[in-house]
Amino acid sequence: MSEHTYPNKLEPGSPMVRFSNVTKRYGPLVVLDSLDLDVAPNEMVSIIGPSGSGKTTVLRMLMTLETIDDGVIYVDGEPLTHMERNGDLVKANASHLRKMRGNIGMVFQHFNLFPHMTALQNCMEAPVQVLGLSKDEAEQRSVELLDLVGLADKKDQHPSRLSGGQQQRVAIARALAMRPKVMLLDEVTSALDPEVIGEVLNVIRKLNSEHSLTMLMVTHQMGFAKEISDRVCFFYGGNIAEQGPPDQIFGNPKNERTRQFLSAVLEAT
Amino acid sequence: MSYLEFLATYGGRFVDGAIITAQQTVLATVVAISMAVLMGLMRLSPSLFVRGIATVYIEIFRGTSLLVQLFWIFYVLPLFGLPLEKFTAGFLAVGMNLGAYGAEVVRGAIQAVPKGQYEAALALNLSPMTRMRRIIFPQAILLMLPPWGNLLIELLKGTALVALISVSDLMFEAKQINGSTFLSIEAFGTALVIYYVFGRMVISPAMRRLEHVMARKMGQA
Amino acid sequence: MFDWRWDFTFEILPRLLWATMNTLLAAGIGYGIALVLGLVLALAQRTPYWPLTLIVREFVEFIRSTPLVLQIFFVFYVGPQFGIRLDPWTSGMIAIGLHYAAYLSEVYRAGLDSIPKGQWEACRALNLSARRTYFRIIIPQALPASLPGMGNYLVGIFKDTPMLSVIGVAELMHTANALGSETYRFLEPYTMVGVIFLAISLPTAAGLRFFEAWVRRTLGMSK
Repeated sequence: MSEHTYPNKLEPGSPMVRFSNVTKRYGPLVVLDSLDLDVAPNEMVSIIGPSGSGKTTVLRMLMTLETIDDGVIYVDGEPLTHMERNGDLVKANASHLRKMRGNIGMVFQHFNLFPHMTALQNCMEAPVQVLGLSKDEAEQRSVELLDLVGLADKKDQHPSRLSGGQQQRVAIARALAMRPKVMLLDEVTSALDPEVIGEVLNVIRKLNSEHSLTMLMVTHQMGFAKEISDRVCFFYGGNIAEQGPPDQIFGNPKNERTRQFLSAVLEAT
Repeated sequence: MSYLEFLATYGGRFVDGAIITAQQTVLATVVAISMAVLMGLMRLSPSLFVRGIATVYIEIFRGTSLLVQLFWIFYVLPLFGLPLEKFTAGFLAVGMNLGAYGAEVVRGAIQAVPKGQYEAALALNLSPMTRMRRIIFPQAILLMLPPWGNLLIELLKGTALVALISVSDLMFEAKQINGSTFLSIEAFGTALVIYYVFGRMVISPAMRRLEHVMARKMGQA
Repeated sequence: MFDWRWDFTFEILPRLLWATMNTLLAAGIGYGIALVLGLVLALAQRTPYWPLTLIVREFVEFIRSTPLVLQIFFVFYVGPQFGIRLDPWTSGMIAIGLHYAAYLSEVYRAGLDSIPKGQWEACRALNLSARRTYFRIIIPQALPASLPGMGNYLVGIFKDTPMLSVIGVAELMHTANALGSETYRFLEPYTMVGVIFLAISLPTAAGLRFFEAWVRRTLGMSK
């Protein structure tokens, strides 16, 4: 690793999520380029930018769906991509990843609900299999969460019987059932018909205001990002080109690329 | 004699043979499914050694003839201290042969499950074994049923070879009857029709039914 | 128990290799018959004359759903009933050729069905003759899709040749049986037959994959 120093643990009071000089390559292509990113506890961060800028890779690496090439990612003070051995940091093994993964939940663009299970069973599956909850406890928790997202009456339906918006709300409930500290939302409305986008955004609004969750959201819904975010990061070419409060980014962007991107997006809407 | 007289005289023997064929088919199916699931999963293992064992099994049983395998299991295994009854050798050979083809079907179906399912299961921190057992494999089952339908017909046809190690199945009886009566058309023709009925009117509809039931269980029908 | 004798193995090898030639010949001829007959059967199922289509369809299903070995016996023994004395080779070739023609007809049908209707219509509009239509337009498109199936059955027919042993065709299995009965040693003959099969079928299967890719490239239709 470069001249960066990577502590084995972060001090108390550190950010909930820290990307420290993170680089990710696919062959010759550099997708994330020495990225530094901090997310404070309970902060809601929106990530915007053109395709190929690395936005989704940030989330996928946090969810351990991708490996890291350089740098370290920390979650809640502990290294995620690495682990401590004999006082040094080495690449994490499978069991360390499993331990750390429990802190993070993800909602996918294409929902990825389990088609052979009902909405309720989808939510119950991981709490029972991973957290060791009893069927009753898991069911109780799941029903509460389905109620939170407004789908308590659909709990016994299979995903094939639900609309896209409903499926995505179930997906949110399913992720919440594991009580993660960090929630990742990967373009969760991009695959939805316009008329159901609202119901999903409402759930996210509710989550943000009523629950203490650190959230990272990759989105193209600029209006929503402006309304709900604590901070907006504009990604370009594998790194953050500009970041700041939504008013600044959307109202008075300092970076030329940010301006270009936003004007192109506004033209499309 | 007329065909009806033929059936009256020899019908019983055809039935006896058909029963043995049915038994062979069922037992071979059990063997085939077991080997297919085992070897199919092994082919997907991250361990080169485990993958290698499965690959060797699959290539050997797919690359050589069922008849050769049957004779090898029945005539050569005893030399290694593993004598088998002809009935057992019969369905074992057929089962292991079709199991090799089945392994590729199982593997293909597992790999056909959308990647998003793996990712969602990973995001929920399910262990690899739980993920396969509860999420991936159930979905793979639905995907593998149509090819398995074809494999089971091949399996039924394969059981006819056990007659060549003197198991008294349908084909054996047909051969015997032909040998004593020289009524080849009646003898072999009847056997052909019975196999056809087994295949097209028992196995295929049953598989279609099974596909329908599974689809409903998966909430997709 | 396990007492493999290499000297015996080398003794029987010449006979086995000669039988391999026979096997390859049988597979080749059978496959050749199947290639042509299969096309006939496939086209016969695409006629507007529905009784013919139906009969051929049922016939093909029947052949595909019943054991090859039984069909071999049928052809061999039924011939004489009609006064046609068929020797083992001929009946074997007829039976195996017919059986695989049925399989190949399905492969052809799938290949032909995969061609968009618009292609046929364009040929009609350009007033192309049936021959031109098939040979210059349709078959070049149907071929790449059909090749994997056709290749599988080539390997398959090779592996099914042992069934001809039951009516006395002197191919590999038959020879191994004979060697076993003569010398009371089955271990080496049967194992060598297995080895020979693997030695032929595995490289053939690999070679076929290359061939398929080459055809796709040559016809300008790479993935």
